[in-house]
Amino acid sequence: MGGGGLHVLFPATQTSVRRALSTAMSALRGFGVDDDTRATAEIVLAEALNNVVEHAYEDRGHGIIELEAWRDGRILRFRLRDDGLPMPGNVIPERLPSDILIGTADLPEGGFGWSLIRDLTVDLAYHRDGTRNELCFGLSMSPV
Amino acid sequence: MDLKQSDHGDTRIITVSEPRIDAAVAIQFKDQMRELIAAGPDRVILDLSRVGFIDSSGLGAIVASMKQATGPQRLELAGLTRNVQKVFALTRMDRVFTIHPDVSSITGGLADAG
Repeated sequence: MGGGGLHVLFPATQTSVRRALSTAMSALRGFGVDDDTRATAEIVLAEALNNVVEHAYEDRGHGIIELEAWRDGRILRFRLRDDGLPMPGNVIPERLPSDILIGTADLPEGGFGWSLIRDLTVDLAYHRDGTRNELCFGLSMSPV
Repeated sequence: MDLKQSDHGDTRIITVSEPRIDAAVAIQFKDQMRELIAAGPDRVILDLSRVGFIDSSGLGAIVASMKQATGPQRLELAGLTRNVQKVFALTRMDRVFTIHPDVSSITGGLADAG
């Protein structure tokens, strides 16, 4: 396996997130990550990065996101850092309740993001370090 | 946001001609869908066969569009690609929508009204 990993910094905008996802997908291909796992990674990364754009930096409207990714055997590891607002209560939001599907009129139009992240990742962890957020998670690679 | 419409009898098909419905385009998508649904017939099918990626913002915009179809009107989906299907399944939204494998199975029996 070629050494090193991905390490990028980019502005917290939706356009830059798109570009960073594209960069990350190319990097994962370079790490020898299969199509299925890359597709899952794109979903999880999109949710985590858009949360930073829409929530962590919502008060000032701009900021920088740092993304690292590397392969650890059959696990892909990711670390995201930003200098925005902390998670509410300093904890990762919960999944949507599973009884939401009873009435279509009340269906949620948001809040799917953390459900997806929680369902798809392993070792999900959040730390607030001074003024900085750090979110780490892993993805189990599909069986060969 | 490139949405194309075609009407077949009392069915309108809206085709998304973009590879992604994500946070960058979700609001635009929702606004355009609102107009197309409001002016549409009772049955509206959203063809997602060209969409390879959707995030929770895009999913939320599709749910909002479905909720906008009221009374006799309904919004159904067709042509979910593998990764889009995955997001619908994980969020259980695949149980909320009527999902067709592809639009040709619907338009096959319908006259093209242009």
